Amino acid sequence: MRNYVIRRLILMIPTLFVVTVVVFLLIRMMPGNVIELMVMEHSQEQAGEVNLDIAAVEAMLGLDKPWYVQYREWIGNLLQGDLGLSLWTERSVNEDIAARLPITFELGFLSFLIAQLVAFPIGIYSAIRQETLGDYLGRAFAILSLATPAFWLATMLMVFPSIWWGWSPAAVYIPLVENPGGNLIQFTIPAILLGTAMSATTMRMLRTTMLEVLRQDYVRTAWSKGLKERIVIIRHGLRNAMIPVITIISGQIPIMIGGTVIIEQIFALPGMGRLFLEAIVTRDYPYISALNLILAVVGLLLILLCDLSYAWLDPRVRYK
Amino acid sequence: MEIEDTNTMVPGAPEEPKRHSAFVDFFIRLVREKPMGTVGAVIVLLLLLTGILAEVIAPYPYQQIHMADRLAAPSGQYLLGADNMGRDLLSRVIYGARISMYIGLGASAINVIFATSIGLISGYLGGKFDLVVQRFVDALLTFPMLIILITLMALIGTGIVQVIIVLGIWGGIGWIRVVRSAVIAIKGNVYIDAAKAIGCSTGEMVRRHILPNIMPIMIIIFSVAMAGNILAEASLSFLGLGIPPPVPSWGRMLSGSGRRYMYEATWLAIWPGVALTTAVFGISMWGDAVRDLLDPRLRGGVGGMGSYGMKQAEKATRKITRRT
Repeated sequence: MRNYVIRRLILMIPTLFVVTVVVFLLIRMMPGNVIELMVMEHSQEQAGEVNLDIAAVEAMLGLDKPWYVQYREWIGNLLQGDLGLSLWTERSVNEDIAARLPITFELGFLSFLIAQLVAFPIGIYSAIRQETLGDYLGRAFAILSLATPAFWLATMLMVFPSIWWGWSPAAVYIPLVENPGGNLIQFTIPAILLGTAMSATTMRMLRTTMLEVLRQDYVRTAWSKGLKERIVIIRHGLRNAMIPVITIISGQIPIMIGGTVIIEQIFALPGMGRLFLEAIVTRDYPYISALNLILAVVGLLLILLCDLSYAWLDPRVRYK
Repeated sequence: MEIEDTNTMVPGAPEEPKRHSAFVDFFIRLVREKPMGTVGAVIVLLLLLTGILAEVIAPYPYQQIHMADRLAAPSGQYLLGADNMGRDLLSRVIYGARISMYIGLGASAINVIFATSIGLISGYLGGKFDLVVQRFVDALLTFPMLIILITLMALIGTGIVQVIIVLGIWGGIGWIRVVRSAVIAIKGNVYIDAAKAIGCSTGEMVRRHILPNIMPIMIIIFSVAMAGNILAEASLSFLGLGIPPPVPSWGRMLSGSGRRYMYEATWLAIWPGVALTTAVFGISMWGDAVRDLLDPRLRGGVGGMGSYGMKQAEKATRKITRRT
């Protein structure tokens, strides 16, 4: 087992290498030269000719060197903990990420909590009381929250309360340290939206696996032994049903780091998702590489943890 | 395929009920046991019909502009109102159904084909090949989707075909693991060993033993993925990467004119959203019902005997899952 973990961790390094190199190349291959974009933006603000020595700007930003040299520099900086400077604002990438990450994490964490709190009761109930009214209501609710596009619901939430009650969601982010109450209120609606949408996938998988597990012989044995319903369902049923569910849940954790562009955009939360989108649109290479690296590391670690959890949950799974 | 009614020969014995073909049986079970699934199936059917018969149903062509009637409120002439270019919203929503159907069916088909090809080979061959391929898939999964999308769109252009391909391949990657685990589960069966023992070639094995047994999984993936793909297209349109105008896409209608005019012409923001939600909801419900009915792991004596067996087994399991 320990050898397996070590092997997987070592395998992560070439994978990370491949991922970062490919992304490095891809973004430089994307149409739209960064300098040209900057010039266009600049000339929009200042009407008049812009006499820019493009080569000089490129040299200043370090973009004139061949890509493998740039990559080597990036890796060098990385190993010292420096993620580079933004091409547009010259601010440290570390700083910006440090500012935005807590916001994304708060939203992601709250949504994650809500998702599990909604998914587990409904999923289990739907499995043990299949085809009853409770099952239908629970499932309908979960799937409705998944089917309703976030941007549509948010638009509705902005229009109708303002027409009926003259209220609309806060337009500017309220930091937690300044105003905990306001901050939590601001996060409530997006967290509920995101959480319930995330819960639907988990709930369906949980329901499917529970249904399958409850038909097994060992569950029937547990019933015939006269065990209490709660023990049968949780200790014998749920524990064995968890494996695919863990896969789904671990797939949702990157939201705490990567954020969701759509929700952040709608509710005006300066999070990592928006940062990523802006970075891609403006071809801000240091940001893109940094964010991509963080997400890739987190993603690969989660996959590894997920596979390891299979071994923990199911004694039949053995890694050599 | 009906089993012959032989029990009537014995006096006093109960009559063997008729057994139907698997296909008909599926629909009988759907209607009898899964009311939500039936509702979903009806919605999907309506969606398909609306898409196919769009020219017949829609009062106006979707791109017909009536600038004089810009942002007209719902009326007798424009049943759901008109958008910022005077186009009838109802017609655009109807044609939007067709677009969503294209995307849903097209992208899901590619999902299934892509995931099955790779998952099947990887799962069947196993060993080092499987290990390498799976790590490769893991790497692909951690790739930021936006970058790949933007690059691909820049290379191959925007349009409905491109969106279908991109969604199809991207989504398919996620489903590879599912197909692979199904194949591995099937490989563990004794009949596979038996087939190998009598000298089945790989091609025969795949064709006669593996593929038919993962057919239910493929159907499940298709129906579950359909809802996701339609939603994904709507999200792409929100970010500006979806199908370009003037083709009516519900997602773009919501995030474009819907958002911009949401106070003056609220109907522009309401109806595409209602259509999208209903469609995805119906497809999801139906997908769930399909999965309930077809998942081989849920068969285990309960589903494998068709609607007749289901009734008998239902009586038995009801005692297990209810408080006694």
